[in-house]
Parts: sequence; structure tokens; C-alpha cells
Amino acid sequence: MKFQLASPSHYFTDLSLPWSLHLSQWDETKFVPVARGIHRNVVKFISNGAKVYALKELREHVAEHEYKMLRELEERGLPVVEAVGLITKRDEDVPFREGLTGQIDMCERALLITEFLEGSLPYRVIIERGVKEYQLNMMLDALADLLVKLHLAGFYWGDTSLSNALFRRDAGQMAAYLVDAETGEFFDYLSDGRREYDLDLAHTNIAGDLMDLQAAGLLPEEMDPVDLADSLVDRYNTLWHELTRDETFAPEEQYLLESRIRRLNKLGYDIEEMEITTMDEGRKARMQVKVVEPWHSRKRMQALTGLSVQENQARRLLSDLHQYRARLSESAGMEVPEVVAAYRWLTEVYQPTIEKVPDEMRGGLDDAEMFHEILEHRWYSSESAGRDIGIDEAAHSYVEKVLKPRHNHGIF
Amino acid sequence: MASIKFNNVVKSYGDVNIIKGLDLDILDKEFMVLVGPSGCGKSTTLRMIAGLEEITSGELSIGDRVVNAVHPKDRDVAMVFQSYALYPHMTVRENIAFGLKLRKMPKEDIDRLVNEAAETLGMAHLLDRKPKALSGGQRQRVALGRAIVRKPSVFLFDEPLSNLDAELRVQMRAEIGKLQKRLGITSVYVTHDQVEAMTMGDRIAVLHDGELRQVGSPLELYDTPANIFVAQFIGTPNMNMIEMNVSDDGKTLSCDAVSLEASAEWQAAVSEKKGSKIMVGIRPEHIRGDDEHEWTDGTAKISGVVDIVETLGHEVVVYLIVKGLEEKVIAKMDAHKSPKPGDEVVMDIHLGKLHMFDPETENRLATA
Repeated sequence: MKFQLASPSHYFTDLSLPWSLHLSQWDETKFVPVARGIHRNVVKFISNGAKVYALKELREHVAEHEYKMLRELEERGLPVVEAVGLITKRDEDVPFREGLTGQIDMCERALLITEFLEGSLPYRVIIERGVKEYQLNMMLDALADLLVKLHLAGFYWGDTSLSNALFRRDAGQMAAYLVDAETGEFFDYLSDGRREYDLDLAHTNIAGDLMDLQAAGLLPEEMDPVDLADSLVDRYNTLWHELTRDETFAPEEQYLLESRIRRLNKLGYDIEEMEITTMDEGRKARMQVKVVEPWHSRKRMQALTGLSVQENQARRLLSDLHQYRARLSESAGMEVPEVVAAYRWLTEVYQPTIEKVPDEMRGGLDDAEMFHEILEHRWYSSESAGRDIGIDEAAHSYVEKVLKPRHNHGIF
Repeated sequence: MASIKFNNVVKSYGDVNIIKGLDLDILDKEFMVLVGPSGCGKSTTLRMIAGLEEITSGELSIGDRVVNAVHPKDRDVAMVFQSYALYPHMTVRENIAFGLKLRKMPKEDIDRLVNEAAETLGMAHLLDRKPKALSGGQRQRVALGRAIVRKPSVFLFDEPLSNLDAELRVQMRAEIGKLQKRLGITSVYVTHDQVEAMTMGDRIAVLHDGELRQVGSPLELYDTPANIFVAQFIGTPNMNMIEMNVSDDGKTLSCDAVSLEASAEWQAAVSEKKGSKIMVGIRPEHIRGDDEHEWTDGTAKISGVVDIVETLGHEVVVYLIVKGLEEKVIAKMDAHKSPKPGDEVVMDIHLGKLHMFDPETENRLATA
């Protein structure tokens, strides 16, 4: 049997659990009761330490794919349950279990472990407790928002549904998290056909989820599953259009540009890139924006390097990391993976540069802020020298020309 | 009903060509299986038919209509996926009907279509049951019911059985095959499993590195593989491939392990390769002990030492270490002979069943 764990913080010590058995054959006392939705596969929950984990029975190749997708979604800072581990080879070198009847062939069967999202609830539980229309609208808003976020990141879900998401309260609103990525896939470019098809699947699945609740007598009579499913499509399309449409305006209508940015921020998105091109001999301008979630850079930096920094610092550091990766790739004659470049940047550039600054000179600056100042210093010094002075010389010069005078004058 | 035609279709991502000029005709009512190793382009091909992938160049037609720019919803195709969730509180009837209800179809039409679909699936007596009361196979049939109730022109199956356990997978293969024949709807089925391809398809298209390597019936692919890739991809265990020298008179093929004469059908092709090399392909079932066959059209001897034995039931697959060959030779034996690793064996090669390929182009040589 093989245990693959994503993080030491989820170290499982309890090898006495019958991992080699199909979940349906485990003793029920091993599980903990948790509010849950409907699942295609066998899903059970266990507790380990203070945490609760979901275990999902899958064929090995499906589990491996889902594990990879969940980890990548998490690395990109998208709202998703945390993939904790994968257990494979459950038929190899495992203990013989005496007295067990009807043992299931475990060849190519795997267990996917995810951490249960604290404070979250499946839609069925929220609705079963008596749902108001505005609450259901908030859930559909959250799901539309989740699907838009995934599509902006190039992720095709392939099975969007209320069942495949968890919902958590978020400052008076509702936030949706992806919990099932079996059919998902990342694309460099998500075609409109694929995106619209994903939305069509969401439409069908959500209608099915709600019709099932209606059949169980749990959906208030005044709510129509078809109308609600249609409304998800409208919500998605409105949001997608607002986030991605090109806007044309006359030069004197600059205020339109600002109001668009405000609207996007209000929707909870940041602008990563903006392109303005003039048209009709300068009589008009077209604005195209590339939006990302708020705190995108911060999350990205943390995922790549483990550094916890502020958003603007993260933008600066990521920019340096991207340049470093480009240089590495050029000298290697091949595209160096981002995670590899990030590790090397952290250990060969960032940390050695920070270590060059004596403790007594720091004056309360955090590491990321200091690195940012060194980059600034490098840029100005290189410009006046007419050549790139490099990070080592920049750090030395920064200590001598910036920090020492500050220190001597007591300016911090 | 609809045929599907790929005319020099290319799909690229940036500079990388995923599909490199595909020409393929899928006939009306045909069950075509797209097969190949991971990354060969089979799923991309299916998704182009569905409209989920844009076509970089070339032309794709469904029926008489070029669909390059047609929206997925307007192509009249139905995708059948790996798995569907069945809704526990809804009956089989409601589980099949809900997609039509969503399209706001009149109730009488929904009832008629669901009854027809249930009849086709042999589930009419189960329509009022809940999913809990169904077997695994019956649940899968309900999922198929959701797709067929729409009456599309084309079914697209994207590895629909890959998440099922072995027993149910075999059962559903037969189920899908029967259903397709009964409905007569053009179907395209993607799988990486060559056994699934061989057992289900009217014809099989083998893809590799974005290129169509051969299209034909399962038997055509098995009996006359067009190149070394197809020869080794189709058939389990793999076809043996041995590089041999052609004698100066163009009559004999030999290597350190074996010497043989080409059968009449290959003589002309071999003669053209005088003094050079040929790749000779031999399927494992065409290497057997002399008391296990009645081959009258010529044999050659090969001897080796048994290294690995895999039992299949009434027969075993043996992997032989043969002096002078780097790769092990795979052969079949009667299980009652109980071969063991270390046994020395002499086997016959069936000369009437050899395959010959050009070592450079890897294409099959022409037969007489």
C-alpha cells in the first residue's frame, strides 16, 4: 500500500485503520457523522486529531487525476477543498483479514483524502433546514461566481452542480467551494464552446439537484427548479460579460474607465492587466481588461514559495521571480517549471539577498519590503551605471548607501 | 441520422499541433472507436465533433453541414460521460425525463419519449422505481436513458466506462454495443483500452501523436496492421517484433535466433529488400509447440528458456529468453504443460501468419 500525503501538517499516524479495505467494508464506528450531500462514489468521514477528513473511493487513475486537479486549483488560490492525500496500491503488501466475507477486489482502487471544510455545509442540508428564497439566490450567486472564477483561470469543471460544491458564510454573503474535480481539466485557453458547454452542464445538473429536492418535498412550493436553474445561467452570463467585455469610449469619457474599474472591484475582482487601444484616428478608445480575484498575487506567492507577504510586495516579488525563471529557461534551453524556478529563486536569490543585510541595519523592515527596496535600488543604480549591476552588488550597495546612512542618522 | 467527415483537420495550441491534418469519414449509423495511447489526440478529436474545441484549419462536417463555426448546442450531438449522478428521490421516469422538462417540452411529448427510451433500454417495468432499488447495471442504463431520450443525431462517448469496476465495465460494453445497433445512431467512442475498442467498434481509428495511423474493422487491424505502431498497439499480449536480415538472393530471412523462408505472399516484397533488413512481426499465438498446432503452410523453429509464465486459464503466455535477441519472445502454450521458469523449450513459428515492415518507414510491406 502507498500513502501519498500533501503536507506534513496532515500527517496520519493511524495506520491501524483498514486502508486496504473498500470503504463500504469498514466498521461504521471508524466514521464520524458529518452533514453531507449526495455522492456518486462512496464517501465517508473520519477524524484525526482535531480535524475531519473526507475519504472517497475511486478507481486509481480517476483519484490520481482528481488529486492533481485539486492541488493545482489550491495552488492557484481558487476556492477548493484541500487535497490531503492519496492512498494507492491497496492490494499490495497488506494484512490478510480473517473472517471477512465478500472482500472486494482492490486492484486499481484508491482513496482520495480531502480536509473537511470547517463551517461549510452542503446545499441539501441548508435547504432541508428551511431555505428562504434570498438564501437560495445567494447560493446560486456563489456558485455562478465560483464557475466564473474557475473559467477565468482556464479550468473546465465538467460537472458543476450544487452537489459538487460546499457553501460557507462569508461576511453576510455565501461563498462556494469546489469539492469534486473528477471531470475537471486545466486549459491554456478555455474556448467559448467549452465554457458554454460547462455552463450548460451546470444548468442541467442544478435543475436535477433542485427537482430531486422537490421530489423529496424539501423545496418550498413557490420555488420552481427550472426557473432557479435558468437564473444561474443569467447570473453567470451577467458576471462573465461584466468581467470580460471590451468597452469603447470617447477620449472625453475617461470617467467610464474609472467607473468600470469600480464596478469590477465591487464585484470582488482586481484588474491584472489593462489594454487601451485607440480607434477611429483617436476619436475612440477601446479598453480590454484581464481580471483576477483579489489577493491573487499574494496567494500565488504563498503557493509558490511559502512566503506570506502583502499584495503589492507579492506583485513585485512575482515579477522578479518571473524574470529569474525566464533567464533560467533561456540558459537551460527549455521551459523551467514554475515550481522549480520558484524554489531556486527562493534559495538562490531571495534568501541569500536578505541574509546580506546585517540584523542591526534592518530597522524594523520586513524581509519582503527590504527585498523590494533592494530591487528599487538595483534599478536606479543600474540606470546610472548604464549596465545591470546584479542583485549581489545591489544588496551590498543598498546596505552601504541606503541603510548605513539611515542607521547613522537614526532614520527608520 | 448523420455521417461525420474530417477533411484535413488541424488543431493547434500555439505552435504545437495536437491533430495533424486528420482525414476521417465516419459513416451514418456506424460505431467508430477512437483509440490510442494517452496524448494521441483522440479526446481532442471527439471534442472537436462536440464543438468544445475550435478547429484551427480544415473542415468538419456532420451530415451535409460544415460545423466548424456551429455552436455545441446546435450540433445535435449528445455526450455520454463517465458517470452520472442519479437523483435518489426521483423515480427512473423522472431521472430520464428531467432534461426534457428543463427544455420546457410539453408533458405528453416527454411521456412519449421517456416510454420509448425505456422500451429501447428494456426498462419499461422499472420506470416507477427509485435508484436505490436498481442494480449497478440498471443504474448505468438510466444514465444512458438520459442521453437517448433526446434523440440526437450523434452519440459521443468519452471513456464512459473508465470509472466502473471490471465486471460492470464488461457488462456495459455489451449494453452500449447492443443499444447502438438497436438505435442506429452514429456513435463515436473514445477509449485508451484496445480490448474495449476491439470488442465494440464497427471500425476503429488508431491515433498516435495526433496522426491517424490506421482505420479499419477490428479484424483488419489485427490481421493486416498498416505499421509497426498499430501492430504492437492492437492485440494482447503485444506482437513480437524481430529485426532480420534478408539474404542476398532475397529468399531467406535470418537473425542469430531464427532463420526462415518467406511465404508466397511475402516473397516479392522480401526479394526487393535483398541484402538489407526487415522487421518481422509475429503474434504470440503464432508461436507454439509442435504438438499444439496443425499448421501446414510452413513453420520455423525457435528455442529459448522460459523466464515468466502468465496463466490465462486453458493456456499460458510464456516470455522466452532467446539467445541473440534483446527482447523476450512472447509465445502461447497449453496450460497443462505447466511450463516453469528455467525450462528449455523449442517452439514453432507459423510462417503463414508473419507480418513484415520496413524498418525505416515502419510501414507494412506490400503483399502479393
